[in-house]
Amino acid sequence: MPSMYLEMIRIRFLMMLAYRVNYYSGIIIYSINIGAYYFLWDAIYSGQGSMGGLTPSQMTTYVAISWMARAFYFNNIDREMALEIKEGKVAIEMIRPYNYLAVKMMQALGEGIFRLLFFSVPGMLIVALFFPLTFPNSWETWGWYSLSLSLSFLINTEINLITGVLTFFLLNNEGLMRAKRVVVDLFSGLILPISFYPGWAQSILHFLPFQAISYLPGMIFTGAMGSEQIGGAIFIQLIWVVVLLLPLYLMWIKAKNALVVQGG
Amino acid sequence: MFYGELFLDYLKQYLKTKLAYRLDLLNELISDLISQIVNLVFILVVFQHTNFIKGWSQQEIIFIYGFFLIPFAVFSTFFNFWEFQEKYIIKGEMDRILTRPAHHLFQVVLETMDPESLAGVFTGLIIMGYAGYQLDLEIAWYDPFVFVFLVLSGVFIYGGVYIAIASLGFFTDAKTGISPMIYNIQSYGRYPVDIYNKVIRFVLTWILPFAFVGVYPSAYFLGREDLYVYVWITPVIGVIFFVVGVWLWNLGVKNYRGAGS
Repeated sequence: MPSMYLEMIRIRFLMMLAYRVNYYSGIIIYSINIGAYYFLWDAIYSGQGSMGGLTPSQMTTYVAISWMARAFYFNNIDREMALEIKEGKVAIEMIRPYNYLAVKMMQALGEGIFRLLFFSVPGMLIVALFFPLTFPNSWETWGWYSLSLSLSFLINTEINLITGVLTFFLLNNEGLMRAKRVVVDLFSGLILPISFYPGWAQSILHFLPFQAISYLPGMIFTGAMGSEQIGGAIFIQLIWVVVLLLPLYLMWIKAKNALVVQGG
Repeated sequence: MFYGELFLDYLKQYLKTKLAYRLDLLNELISDLISQIVNLVFILVVFQHTNFIKGWSQQEIIFIYGFFLIPFAVFSTFFNFWEFQEKYIIKGEMDRILTRPAHHLFQVVLETMDPESLAGVFTGLIIMGYAGYQLDLEIAWYDPFVFVFLVLSGVFIYGGVYIAIASLGFFTDAKTGISPMIYNIQSYGRYPVDIYNKVIRFVLTWILPFAFVGVYPSAYFLGREDLYVYVWITPVIGVIFFVVGVWLWNLGVKNYRGAGS
């Protein structure tokens, strides 16, 4: 059984590999974005020692690692699901001897591993040539970061699966998916670290799953988070990984009964 | 006038198809609005921590952002060349265009038109108006004319740049992937160019002149006299880039040999 899912990962990885040229321009685009925020933050700090708990050099690193991590956790699984539901292919998927959601998760993972190896890692090295980044100097931090990044991948994919499953009920959720993408970018801390928001907004954002996608791993990587807080951050991520499974599971049960195949 | 009638006919046809899927239209408008608000949120939050960015106040930066949205909205309405190569060159739609008795560029513009992007004009006006009100800007009787003139110049600059990039499609069958890169560089123009280093400032002024769509024209209304030189050459840059874009396009059409089949 597990070997079947492993095969899903492998196939998706190979599929991505076939179109790898698309990703070279992706690295340039992400570097352009990192550059935009680098100059902006540089101007915003201009002399101030620390803002939102980050020094200027930590901020540069934060921006770079957050974008390159996004390259890893980002996927279009929700769009793929929406398309399969619209085209009625999902009916075939459902009678196959596997769990549809698990398969989607595996495909996301295959894509994620590909993007990590061919996008995030080389991208980070290229960006390090142009901007003054500081990498963590202890293996411990690297270890914690890897764990945190894996959890952020799980959380983001779960959110994508939830948006995807919503297509069963909404039939057309193009708008929702687009809005979700922007909201995740803003509230995950990609565009703006959570610690910059005014107090009232922070207290809301701390109760949402989005900060676990980008902000927490980013703070671990930059070293802005003390080692005594890292355990807590990972714990929050773990909670969200588990908590998000619940609505996903319930919606999936309902969706299987509500399924209306429009074509196929 | 022939071209005017053609435009209206295309517009009518477009509205018919759009109104068949009203929910999609609403979705699109709302998600555009959300992404415009996100950028505003960024500015608002950042200014909780500082009063000036390189000598520009919060209201001034918001004003520039609001101004930028307006030419950008008009541009997005008429110059949707994102899938030009895919649709017109690789799939061979260009052949169909060339057999028709209207200018090819005009036809492509009409076919890819996206009038709902015009909603950005209102968002921009509201944001700009709000910031202008906070700044207590005086408005002279000729300012609205200058405004329209500068907005159109901005549209011409964007249009010219993207027509030029789309024209590259005539010379190569392979996807270039250049336009998404340029699109991301575009966001550099939303902020005062003072924050960038010399090289980027030069690029944004003379090579990909996106600064002429945000900061430079806004400088006129904000009374930044040190930048007035750039304000006055904005229309010149617009005309130059548009003419070069169209020239490249025509050259491309002459060079175009069809995708076969």
